[in-house]
Amino acid sequence: MKILVCISKSPDTTSKIAFSEGNTKFDENGVQYIVNPYDEWYALVRALEIKEAQGGNVTIITVGNVADEAIIRKALAIGADDAVRIDAEPTDAYFTAIQIADYAKKNAFDLVLTGKETINYNGSQVGGMIAEVLEVPFVSLATKLDVNGSTLTLEQDIVGGVQVVEVSLPAVVSCAKGMAEQRIPNMRGIMAARTKPMQIVEPIACDLFTTYSSYILPEAKKACKMIDPNNMDELVQLLHTEAKVI
Amino acid sequence: MKTLVYINSDNGISKSSLEVVTYAKKLGGEVVVVSGGNSSDLARLGEYGASKVIVDRAVVNGDEQQITKLIAFAAETENAEIIVFSHELTAKAVAPRLSVKLKAGLISGAIALPDLSSGFSCKVNVFSGKAFGVVTVNTAKKIISLLPNSVQPEITGAACSVEEISSNAGASAVKIIATKKPEGNIPLPEAELVVSAGRGLKGPENWGIVEDLATALGAATACSRPVADIGWRPHHEHVGQTGVAIRPNLYIAAGISGAIQHLAGVNGSKVIVVINTDAEAPFFKAADYGILGDAFEVLPKFTEAVKKFNASK
Ligand SMILES: Cc1cc2nc3c(=O)[nH]c(=O)nc-3n(C[C@H](O)[C@H](O)[C@H](O)COP(=O)(O)OP(=O)(O)OC[C@H]3O[C@@H](n4cnc5c(N)ncnc54)[C@H](O)[C@@H]3O)c2cc1C
Repeated sequence: MKILVCISKSPDTTSKIAFSEGNTKFDENGVQYIVNPYDEWYALVRALEIKEAQGGNVTIITVGNVADEAIIRKALAIGADDAVRIDAEPTDAYFTAIQIADYAKKNAFDLVLTGKETINYNGSQVGGMIAEVLEVPFVSLATKLDVNGSTLTLEQDIVGGVQVVEVSLPAVVSCAKGMAEQRIPNMRGIMAARTKPMQIVEPIACDLFTTYSSYILPEAKKACKMIDPNNMDELVQLLHTEAKVI
Repeated sequence: MKTLVYINSDNGISKSSLEVVTYAKKLGGEVVVVSGGNSSDLARLGEYGASKVIVDRAVVNGDEQQITKLIAFAAETENAEIIVFSHELTAKAVAPRLSVKLKAGLISGAIALPDLSSGFSCKVNVFSGKAFGVVTVNTAKKIISLLPNSVQPEITGAACSVEEISSNAGASAVKIIATKKPEGNIPLPEAELVVSAGRGLKGPENWGIVEDLATALGAATACSRPVADIGWRPHHEHVGQTGVAIRPNLYIAAGISGAIQHLAGVNGSKVIVVINTDAEAPFFKAADYGILGDAFEVLPKFTEAVKKFNASK
């Protein structure tokens, strides 16, 4: 089984979010990048589990510049076999998906996995777009994925319940919580990652469907009003008359 | 200009469906709603602004491949310029496919009406709720996926006609094997009021006092990540940067410290109430109302006060 796992960088979850150049650019000053948690914890680890159970190969792919090789090495240290970096700025989801789909098409993968969304742009777009270009089925936000020959059985959380679906390969799946458990890379993995193959691919031409024109930070909260724990009637009154939420 | 709105009508018309129809109406042009399934309640979408509803009874709303075909068919026959979804499971599966198929730029997680003063721009949630972005769409056709609780449903008209169509969506590549139906509780992303609790509750056996308050308020329940990770609560209740991001009118957090990753998923809430024994808990800085006290004592008193308030209404 040939599996392609799409990984994205995202700022470390403790990063202070700020913008520069008149609020048009994300301010990378002092920001540590990590592998987007959904890509790492669920998509990548599940791919490795499938490979360990039945053999095959796990390739990771990212659209990004040289600096992103640090997160590629991290994903290789966790256990991916090889890596592809499409040498371009991932300007929007469509551009990113077109690049990955083009590589996937030329290299015939059985299964393409993405995380549910990135924690910086929260778009949940790339997986479905890749599937459309490849003309294969897409299952979104899967919480469980089992492989039986050329059939996948998956679970998705629907509102208040669960839906079980079956699909045949090749397919694209976006991975959510429940699918696997985070793995911490060990020393051997980290050493091995240094010499694993990384291919650098030139991007293909692509229209720009969307542009992030600016960013806005939420307004600072007013000071918190402290309420006497023995006077919950007061709180309820405030929620009703002042906050007007009940 | 014509706007096509997709809604999943399988479990009745949800509040988020009424929100997207209202939103589409506010865009200005004609609004056509499309759906699959067997709902007999579709005509009332006219009250919220739809000029008609088209429905393909042969299409299953949970089937993402069929829905993609149905919407593409409807967009073509109706010559729609904008397609609107509620940013939920179906939208996350279908909108990206349609974006490629129809060459339509996709705005995910919109929270406001577009600004048309220079091009077509829309405010979205980014950085898991830590900031907003303004996305400009460069394509002639546009798709907007709207975050729940971003607009309030508004009745502006009367019931409309429901037209049955056949989109020939055909057999699907994805087979639905089983579905566990919703149990009638309020879906978290749609809830206006949410009661949430964290590790401070000490064990799953103590959630009764959380549920009591939620029931009194008519609220949904949520939790912090460690609580879902250790299995005290189901995963779908986990809110935060790596869980569900929510924007209710009221978020009540008991025994949750307020770590930055937790706040990311809830700081879009209009009003936040924090109950914590530790005056230094970071959550107080993000709160509108704070109660320095033991959740085991405060929650039952809170519930009593709500019941008294409900009775007086
Ligand atoms: C990459 C990454 C992603 C993460 N994503 C998320 C996420 O999406 N969502 C999330 O929630 N967390 C997330 N976390 C974890 C986060 O950092 C915190 O560890 C977590 O939110 C803490 O949960 P908690 O507040 O329930 O528990 P704790 O931090 O243990 O806090 C318990 C709180 O309860 C209070 N308390 C104790 N007893 C009582 C009592 N009797 N009455 C009232 N208060 C009491 C304590 O004072 C304390 O403030 C993430 C972490 C990382 C590294």
